[in-house]
Amino acid sequence: MSASVMIGVLALQGGFEAHERMLRRLGAETCQVRVPVDLDGLDGLVIPGGESTTMTLGVEREGLVEPLRELAAAGTPILGSCAGMIMLDREHLGLMDMRAERNAFGRQIRSFETDLEIRGIEGPPLRGIFIRAPWIAEHTEEVEILGSVDGRAVAARQGELLAVAFHSELSEDDRLHRLFVERVNARVAARQAGQAR
Amino acid sequence: MRDEATFRVKSGLAEMLKGGVIMDVVTPEQAVVAEEAGAAAVMALERVPADIRRDGGVARMSDPEMIEGIQEAVSIPVMAKARIGHFMEARVLAALEVDYIDESEVLTPADERNHIDKWDFKVPFVCGATNLGEALRRIGEGAAMIRSKGEAGTGDIVEAVRHMRQINGEIRRLSTLGAEEIATSAKELGAPLEIVREVAGDGRLPVVLFCAGGIATPADAALMMALGAEGVFVGSGIFKSDDPPSRARAIVAATTHWQDPERVAGASRGLGPAMESLESSKLEGGQLLAQRGW
Repeated sequence: MSASVMIGVLALQGGFEAHERMLRRLGAETCQVRVPVDLDGLDGLVIPGGESTTMTLGVEREGLVEPLRELAAAGTPILGSCAGMIMLDREHLGLMDMRAERNAFGRQIRSFETDLEIRGIEGPPLRGIFIRAPWIAEHTEEVEILGSVDGRAVAARQGELLAVAFHSELSEDDRLHRLFVERVNARVAARQAGQAR
Repeated sequence: MRDEATFRVKSGLAEMLKGGVIMDVVTPEQAVVAEEAGAAAVMALERVPADIRRDGGVARMSDPEMIEGIQEAVSIPVMAKARIGHFMEARVLAALEVDYIDESEVLTPADERNHIDKWDFKVPFVCGATNLGEALRRIGEGAAMIRSKGEAGTGDIVEAVRHMRQINGEIRRLSTLGAEEIATSAKELGAPLEIVREVAGDGRLPVVLFCAGGIATPADAALMMALGAEGVFVGSGIFKSDDPPSRARAIVAATTHWQDPERVAGASRGLGPAMESLESSKLEGGQLLAQRGW
């Protein structure tokens, strides 16, 4: 087995530490991303929850928009959760062919946790923690919906990009992150096999 | 199964505010300035602490109309303050659906013995603390986020530093204790044993810890982050300065990049005068807001 993969977590603002804790538990190395040079050598990236307006301003201030688009274009797996999902949509970084509706479930008083089925995750339902959460209001056929709550799409995939409206990093259940890390591992293995040839 | 207002949902919102700046605002226009500068949330109140200090009198919960105006003006979370022990103000704020309630020593206390029973609410609470025992008592009462108190409305960072060092120093000492020493420690802290045991084991509070009270410059914010704050509240520091939008953006940048002094220097450049300040050590007993609550 080769050295563990390096996954960056966008750390301009938000719940980045909880993602790091979970990724490390799964054997990945992590680093915090605040400026473009922090993206060098990453095998995967997590855009955490937080405030999408704060994060959008931070991404623009630091000149991270183009580097993040290049990272995605290079096929690097990216996981966006909550505000991270919003950042991936077409009105923000424009990486996924969908539009996320902010605070769609309502104010904090309507935040909740619930069990939900996510395509690709085996076993019992996942516990999703929804905090002032968005949902996917519209999307093209390129975007595969992986799970819904109240008939609203809250998890989706497009190529190597994975977006969820909830926080599984705040629960004990690491299966969503495991799915993501496996994707990163597969990508690194494929790249190494390509180099060996 | 669907559950609302679980502790994870309450403390989870604070988790999402981490690394961010929560700014005091008194009008919808100020709230927009804060949001456009990158605030992670705003605190809606009638007067900033510096004005409360200057004007004197009883400081109370804000007018609901003002809070609603701010809720309509911005999409980031809106927090609001209730007086210590004034559970009816808290119920009013909950009815307005504010995202977080700050049971705050900046307002005039309504109850000198009892804080609000925060378990009784679906809206999460943040509370101030000057030391670990105080923080853990508030968590025991249901607070889902803690902020060090500092001395609001002064622009003097010294009390914020004292309280943050006190809380984190006590956590470090706690984590060196043997199992049989924890109960004694809980007794001395005046805090619930279960929570003391949890903090001793984890080496951290079970909720997010921000700082407040006296932050006036980007370097102040970066200092507090370096001392272990997970984010900052800025009260009078922004809208009592000469150039609020620039100072707000600068404090946001310094809070993100606190580990990089060059970035903090860049953020500190050309902001004009900071707020008019007061030296905390020259304040008399009755003027020290941090002494309110227990």
